[in-house]
Amino acid sequence: MARKDRMSGNEAVAFAIRQINPDVMPAFPITPSTEIPQMVSTYIANGEIDTEFIPVESEHSAMSAAIGSEAAGARTLTATSSAGLAYMWEELLLAASNRMPIALALVNRTLSGPININCDHSDGMGARDTGWIQIYAENNQEVYDNFIQAYPIAEDPEVHLPIMICQDGFITSHAVENIELLEDEEVKEFVGEYEPEEFLLNPGKPIAVGPYSVTNYAMEAKKNQADALKHSQEIVLKVAEEFEKISGRKYGLFEEYRTEDADYIMLIMGSAAGTAKQAVDDLRAQGKKVGVIKLRLFRPFPAEELAEALKNAKAAAIMDRAESYNGNGGPLGSEVTAGLYRKKIMIETVNYIYGLGGRDFTVQEVYDIFGELEDFIENGNAPEQFKYIGLRK
Amino acid sequence: MSSYNVKEMMSKKDRLAPGHRMCAGCGATIGVRAVLRALHEEDHAVIANATGCLEVSSFMYPYTAWEDSYIHNAFENAGATLSGVETAYKVLKKRGKLPENENFKFIAFGGDGGTYDIGFQSLSGAMERGHDLVYVCYDNGAYMNTGIQRSSATPMYADTTTTPAGKCSDGKMQNRKDLASIIADHDVAYVGQSTFTLNFNDLHKKAEKAIYTEGASFLNLMTPCPRGWRYPTEDIMEICRLAVETCYWPLFEVEHGKWRLTYEPKKKLPIEDFLRPQGRFKHLFKPGNEHLIEEFQAEVDRRWEDLLYKCNR
Amino acid sequence: MRTDISKINEQTPHQELTEGMMVFAGGTSKYFETGEWRTRTPILNHDLCRQCMVCSMVCPDSCIPLKDGERVEFDYKHCKGCGICAKACPFDAIDMKEGR
Repeated sequence: MARKDRMSGNEAVAFAIRQINPDVMPAFPITPSTEIPQMVSTYIANGEIDTEFIPVESEHSAMSAAIGSEAAGARTLTATSSAGLAYMWEELLLAASNRMPIALALVNRTLSGPININCDHSDGMGARDTGWIQIYAENNQEVYDNFIQAYPIAEDPEVHLPIMICQDGFITSHAVENIELLEDEEVKEFVGEYEPEEFLLNPGKPIAVGPYSVTNYAMEAKKNQADALKHSQEIVLKVAEEFEKISGRKYGLFEEYRTEDADYIMLIMGSAAGTAKQAVDDLRAQGKKVGVIKLRLFRPFPAEELAEALKNAKAAAIMDRAESYNGNGGPLGSEVTAGLYRKKIMIETVNYIYGLGGRDFTVQEVYDIFGELEDFIENGNAPEQFKYIGLRK
Repeated sequence: MSSYNVKEMMSKKDRLAPGHRMCAGCGATIGVRAVLRALHEEDHAVIANATGCLEVSSFMYPYTAWEDSYIHNAFENAGATLSGVETAYKVLKKRGKLPENENFKFIAFGGDGGTYDIGFQSLSGAMERGHDLVYVCYDNGAYMNTGIQRSSATPMYADTTTTPAGKCSDGKMQNRKDLASIIADHDVAYVGQSTFTLNFNDLHKKAEKAIYTEGASFLNLMTPCPRGWRYPTEDIMEICRLAVETCYWPLFEVEHGKWRLTYEPKKKLPIEDFLRPQGRFKHLFKPGNEHLIEEFQAEVDRRWEDLLYKCNR
Repeated sequence: MRTDISKINEQTPHQELTEGMMVFAGGTSKYFETGEWRTRTPILNHDLCRQCMVCSMVCPDSCIPLKDGERVEFDYKHCKGCGICAKACPFDAIDMKEGR
């Protein structure tokens, strides 16, 4: 039985945590994710859950303690944003290489500098090669649903990898919207008990975690980890199928919105997908054949599936909410085009950078982008690549 | 606390297996074995280890020297990592997911680099939060794993690879950080400073108190490094004796805020006796450098007086 | 699944290494023989030994095992020959001889 409510994204994640009642949460506050540890602490203080909260002295220690706790056999999570995630960076790599199915609620905020508390994806993108599964959400409903699916994905014996459940800072984390919640019992049953086979606290069955590996082992270790991450894509789909049975809500690697016959497709991730969909509806009403692909699973990157989904379009706008400082475009731009090339799908693409540090992204801007794509194909006017949207000139 | 019987103690199963790759004559593993002997036989342990000599040598895939569960995470976070393990234990016990009659103890080992310096924040956090664990610093007074660079635990005037003694340098310019005092000021349950004495009674008692006193405990063990200190491997016990008898490395403990000297030399030896056998202080014995030894002595005296004051107040 | 380290070596294919490079066992370093490093070897003079256990306490390599409350022969498979035991012995019961 679904319950209808109104919640912000942060409240939705905290509510999911309340329903899961995980074992351990080490966390250090940082805007805009601070509410999550606050709300969890309040649930604990009021006896609604009996999770152990560790008020660590930094994000580095949050992830360090999370690794210790997870290795000890406890279901563990943390929450952070921006510089907090950057400070965890070394530990993100270790959580993945040690194969610890930790969940992290990432509330996306730009990385300094200049210091700024608003949304872009530079924190998540900065951690894109740390070996974590990364799932992005458009709104509070999706971040709630994704968080409920996090442990079944991460703890799957064929995966055993950490997972980041991402939502856009303030835009999603603080905006209150309608939401449909699952019943506590449904969540409990769906997520299940965590019963690792091997863990530090198993009396008489010691284990050793985190060896020094000489060259003759290190490359093999990395290959095994990469294989597990690639394989997690199947598990993400399997868990989504199970989730649909209890929620009626369907999730995949990405959502295709009015793309069936689309000549022009915008590929986008996070809350701005809502803006893009609105613009698509408006343009469709004018007879334009446009659509949106909203990427949900960013890691592992579903390159082949995305290329397939784009192959019938004439051109695609690839939208990056992060500057990569590589002179060659944003992370999505690079990865999507690499995927297209590998499948020999030679459609035109333009990589746009938008919404940095919380810059608004408007319906009008989406119209303009589709206009540019059309002009490019119809009249041969190639737009500038890596174009900043909404930049004062 | 149980009485100390050497034969009984040594009859316990060694919790550190042979076959690790520490240098011949390493002080760190002597210290580790002594600490682990203080665990009661029926108790299990989880060992956390900061990156350093001990870690890269004691768990080189697939060879672990640890008979108990062990976790190495990174260089600067043994304190935080073990906080997580200890908290997991608490919650899994609470939720009935671990057998009631099996007990675990939690011990972290870090060198002075991983403890005094890069791991200081993580250690301070773990101590302040009062997790029921012991953090053991095996202090050999420099970053030995990377090749004898100075740390904040390196004594003044020591010749290290980043404070080399030379025409324009007398070695390290600063005095060592007094970490045991700093951790004692965290108001933790127990702090002990020790090293190797002939029957290991001092170290054993402190380790047992640290492990079996509820709350956060810290042990600071001087564990000489023959390579970094430049003395023949077989001389380690004599080096330790001289460190104690000169009051360079006093043996004391702080139990719930109460300071206590656990050994007082009958006749305090001059600091030269500790410095002379070590190659890292060789330059202090060149003619014209007498004032450096005098300064070293003055600092040892000042700290010793300060310690006596704390213990007698 | 417990780890059998006899099945893991530097030629093992990647699929057969343990997950996350964890080792699901304790004390496996015993199977690595550091005794090969030794250039000097401790020899016990049984007549002088008073079973005080100092040698066993000061050994960095856990190479002086006890059996029924008495120290037994050195573990030469692992002893690195540091000489600490010989120097620490209060009864001069241990001699260091050159070589292995």
